[in-house]
Amino acid sequence: MSYDLAVVGAGPAGLTAARVAAKRGLRVALIDAYARTGGQFLRGAAQPRLTGVDVKLGQRVWAVERSSGGFEIHASTTTTAAILLVATGAHDKVIPFPGWDLPGVLTAGGAQALVKGERIRPGAEMVVAGTGPFLLPVAVTLLEAGVRVKEVLEANRPAPRMAAALARIPSKAAEALGYARRLAEARVPYRTGHAVVAAHGEDSVEGVTVARLTPGWRPYAWRTVDCDTVAVGYGFTPQVDLPLQLGCALTGDHVVTDDRQRTSVEGVLAAGEVTGVAGAPSAVVEGALAVHSLVGEPPPRLLAEKARLRRFARALDLSYPVRDGWRDWLTPDTVVCRCEEVTLRAIDEARDLGAHDPRTLKLLARPGMGWCQGRMCGHAVARLTGHEPAPQKRPFAQPITLADLTLHDREDNA
Amino acid sequence: MIEFRFEGRAIAAEEGQSIGAALHAAGIRSWRTTRFGGRPRGLFCAIGACFDCLLTVNGAPDQRACQTVARAGDEVGP
Amino acid sequence: MVGAGIVGASCAYALTRAGVRVTVVDRGGVASGTTGAGEGNILVSDKEPGPELELALRSNDLWRNLDEECGGFEWDPKGGLVVAETPEVLDALTTFAETQRRHVPAADADAGAPPGAAGVVASLVPAADLREFEPHLAEGLAGGIHYPQDAQVQPMLAAARLLRASGARLVRTAVERFLVSGDHVTGVRTGQGDLYADAVVNAAGTWAGSFPQAPLPIRPRKGFILVTQPFAVPPVRHKVYTAAYVTNVASDAEGLETSGVIESTQAGTVLIGASRQRVGYDTAIDYTVLAKLAKQAVGLFPVLRTAQVMRAYAGLRPYSPDHLPVIGPDHRLGGLFHACGHEGAGIGLAPATAEMVTAQVTGGRPPVDPAPFAPGRFA
Repeated sequence: MSYDLAVVGAGPAGLTAARVAAKRGLRVALIDAYARTGGQFLRGAAQPRLTGVDVKLGQRVWAVERSSGGFEIHASTTTTAAILLVATGAHDKVIPFPGWDLPGVLTAGGAQALVKGERIRPGAEMVVAGTGPFLLPVAVTLLEAGVRVKEVLEANRPAPRMAAALARIPSKAAEALGYARRLAEARVPYRTGHAVVAAHGEDSVEGVTVARLTPGWRPYAWRTVDCDTVAVGYGFTPQVDLPLQLGCALTGDHVVTDDRQRTSVEGVLAAGEVTGVAGAPSAVVEGALAVHSLVGEPPPRLLAEKARLRRFARALDLSYPVRDGWRDWLTPDTVVCRCEEVTLRAIDEARDLGAHDPRTLKLLARPGMGWCQGRMCGHAVARLTGHEPAPQKRPFAQPITLADLTLHDREDNA
Repeated sequence: MIEFRFEGRAIAAEEGQSIGAALHAAGIRSWRTTRFGGRPRGLFCAIGACFDCLLTVNGAPDQRACQTVARAGDEVGP
Repeated sequence: MVGAGIVGASCAYALTRAGVRVTVVDRGGVASGTTGAGEGNILVSDKEPGPELELALRSNDLWRNLDEECGGFEWDPKGGLVVAETPEVLDALTTFAETQRRHVPAADADAGAPPGAAGVVASLVPAADLREFEPHLAEGLAGGIHYPQDAQVQPMLAAARLLRASGARLVRTAVERFLVSGDHVTGVRTGQGDLYADAVVNAAGTWAGSFPQAPLPIRPRKGFILVTQPFAVPPVRHKVYTAAYVTNVASDAEGLETSGVIESTQAGTVLIGASRQRVGYDTAIDYTVLAKLAKQAVGLFPVLRTAQVMRAYAGLRPYSPDHLPVIGPDHRLGGLFHACGHEGAGIGLAPATAEMVTAQVTGGRPPVDPAPFAPGRFA
């Protein structure tokens, strides 16, 4: 059967959209790669009742195509729908440092997912490092799981802009204060202008080097901290593979939408982090707005709420940039591309051979050519050639087996 | 709790837990090595994006441990 | 030198070694066009006897030299294996290989060499022996022909290394048009100003036909490549392809043609081709074509059924009406030389093309007869 609406991604945005759409009488399918709904943010939360929604879990969407009646969404089965809502969220943005490929180095989002979704303690003694307000809830989550969090290191020195933005949203300010209080109670130092610049160990992390950073993130004043696990996160990268396949316009790292979540491509909506990282409350509002824009006029209250949360997100974005000084953390032997094991030395050689942009660098030295297709090293590789990181087109948003691909010959089915 | 086997060793997992999380919790932090440098790899992003945690599940190669829910009796290896 | 693909880079390398000062201009930098979308084939196996085979044999020797002189581009003399699904196809392949082997390169024929000298080496592989060459080949194939001269390079690295070794200057900007004085080309107008030269070589690949002052009938033919996950030990050793590939390469059909072409790379991935379509400069992904390629691949190598595909890309092969490259002095304007239209064989044919162009620019005599490649043949 064909749906009125297919929602890809069952995080806060997708769940909200599916629920509202079903309530409005739309035939709706909700598709997610994982075995449970919730996405990264609501991982481990009680599974919501989704009356009237066809929930398709464990379905990794690898491609979306236009079809006569709308869109075909290809996972292990194909779903067809008149309207497509992309709510595929984001993954952690990471930057390389010596030893970052040692087991025991986790992304901040990964560490949180292990606690909230998997109910395990990711490590005994941990350091949390990176940039952005997300580090605080991660540290608190780890504390609550019984981890001894030794330090939380914020590479930036958040500007007064941040304080001003927080002051305008009391709920956010209260949340941040709550986290700060929890860390203080547990005597966990929160240090701004610091970072983990190296991880050490043979087969697994045994300790890290922490450095103070200049405002441009060049390291000075190093010391070592013993720990068995590190969580690092430098913000998030929206997962825009599906909108890119359909030709939706992007700005920077995210999909362009109007105030009703419509992308530049007719029939394709987007909500949540994929439209620019702004957090779960904003994703919920956008998920609802997307459906309202299909069935009538969106309530002005929602539009105002969205605008307010987006302004806040923009302030965050400006307060927690990734500065290029991280390049000084690297040695020639540091792996930049984890999949293809491309070192900084190999990247410098390729640059010397004439690779002055990320694409040529990839062709000559292979960073981004491996399993993750540049999801982990994309930011670093772009910055190493002096370019702004830009999402690349991926014809396969997920790898699929050749056996599965053989089933997609339209001329067979004709 | 359920039980699966990693290289013959019994590993306990909670219902609905991923193989990757169960291994990590059992103190097994890496389960494959890279093809050039022989470097150990285990969980990194834990949300299915980095492909570091690949392993073989019941003969199916290159499955993401963090995205594969453990089932009783699974045979898991590098 | 207009173009920093494999042809432009090879020409720059050969010309600078002949004492010519070269500046290379490319809007996308090194290997940004067709060179960056190919497998790096250096084949004699798919060439029927004639001028292109001549060029391919010469190139094969030159690539071996380049690996020694320059290197660093994953030169792999892995050999090719053409497989036949039925005894009839095997007969046809055997006959084809026999005509290739009887072909004597002109340079050797002048010296009175017997048939087969320095020509194509090919041997019949009976069905029972196929697995010795490729342990994972499907059951039920009728046999194949082994071509030990077939080889592979990493084409982007090859272009970059040759360009670097040439010492030529690379300017990253678009060439807008040729500068013409009377009936002589005196240079090129670029996005960064005018460049004057005694000779201009057009190695602009897919776009080589579109200079208004010296148009050539060169058009793009689209081809897809599927790339699998990396393997510690890839399950394919040679370049393995079916007889249909040879037919498709020479075909004039407008519509989609696919044939199974499978090989691994030193990075551990398996590359799966080949498709040919005439759809202009459109490089959009078409999952139906990719599915056909996947079918052919698992048909030849069932072990690949569980292999995961990581990516796919389309490249544009520049072809001429008679499917021969266009090499030599322009028939309308002095000072202009063409080195383009290599279709899907540009990597393989680049060194001999460069040798020919270098001889033409410097007034020497190339070892391979340039007449069949003359740009004026379409006039």
